[in-house]
Amino acid sequence: MSDIASGLFLGLLFGFALERAGFASGCKLTAQLRFQDWAVFNVMFTAILVCATGLYFLDLAGVISTQALYTPTVFLWATLIGGLLIGAGMAVGGYCPGTSVVSFMSGKIDGFVFFIGLLIGVVAFAGAYESIEPMLKALPGPQGQTLPELLHLPTWVILAALIGVAVAVGLLTRKSDDQPRANLGHTASAHS
Amino acid sequence: MFQPKPLWNPYAAGALLGVALLLTFLITGHGLGASGFATRLTAAVSETVAPAATEANSYLGAFVANDNNPLDAWITWEVIGVALGALIGAITAGRFRISMDGPPKLSTAGRLALALIGGLLAGFGARVAVGCTSGLGLSGAAVLSTAGFLFLMGFFGAGAGIGLMMRRLYK
Repeated sequence: MSDIASGLFLGLLFGFALERAGFASGCKLTAQLRFQDWAVFNVMFTAILVCATGLYFLDLAGVISTQALYTPTVFLWATLIGGLLIGAGMAVGGYCPGTSVVSFMSGKIDGFVFFIGLLIGVVAFAGAYESIEPMLKALPGPQGQTLPELLHLPTWVILAALIGVAVAVGLLTRKSDDQPRANLGHTASAHS
Repeated sequence: MFQPKPLWNPYAAGALLGVALLLTFLITGHGLGASGFATRLTAAVSETVAPAATEANSYLGAFVANDNNPLDAWITWEVIGVALGALIGAITAGRFRISMDGPPKLSTAGRLALALIGGLLAGFGARVAVGCTSGLGLSGAAVLSTAGFLFLMGFFGAGAGIGLMMRRLYK
């Protein structure tokens, strides 16, 4: 498949799934951060586990080698601080980079403004790059680039533990999902 | 009044997202992303507005070196796909509406200011971490990478901390 075709097709699935999950709404996304709505956690964890379990079995069957897949490198400070900033960005502005695109394609003006903010953030980073770059790379992460390597456990144990966490959170938060969401703000309260 | 269709069950939406991510790994060898496109778009705009400064910059310069078009990348097509998928999703569910989210207690200007500041934080943060919620949080965690889970801890930690502090604005 060409880059153009695969990019368009896979992006389309990604954007459609995020829209159906309700992630075009900044109110719904931040409701997770206030622990009023567990959809963000449940959607993300389900996606991670479906993909990770699929990759595990395809690797077992010899269809692919998970070793050959792109695995991001961990830098203790850079990865953690970047995560903190993006979490702060969602709490303040309502979105993350991907969901801001989904949001403004659903007609949300604040999603578009958030996206413009992203570009300004990149400019700010480029301006500060020379002074902060040594700090970001100063502390590499642990040798273990994956959880099985880091914890010295077989992949299936990690997967089973993560599935356990997902099921436990799902059961513990099931009740709050059934209640009317009066506190979510005007947009998110439009659905059942 | 016209009612939009209900959202999908989170597990159904998550399963579709997981299948899309799995297919992405099978077809391309890497996961899905988003902030990489924002970086490339910034480099392209910056190159148009201020070519000398862009080429001299130690970060953006690499994207435009040798007359490269920074937008000539897989992630550009992927994000165009995301935009189309979201548009199709919103229209077919009757959810497309010119509107604004954000804390109901704030004025329009206040909400837009927060959106801009939030975007700025996320844009800066994504370059620090070399990825965002899509590339690190979702795709990174799906290959069980340490980076993905460390990112998610920071993301939910700061998000929940600040989210709870801003709770009153949403009541």
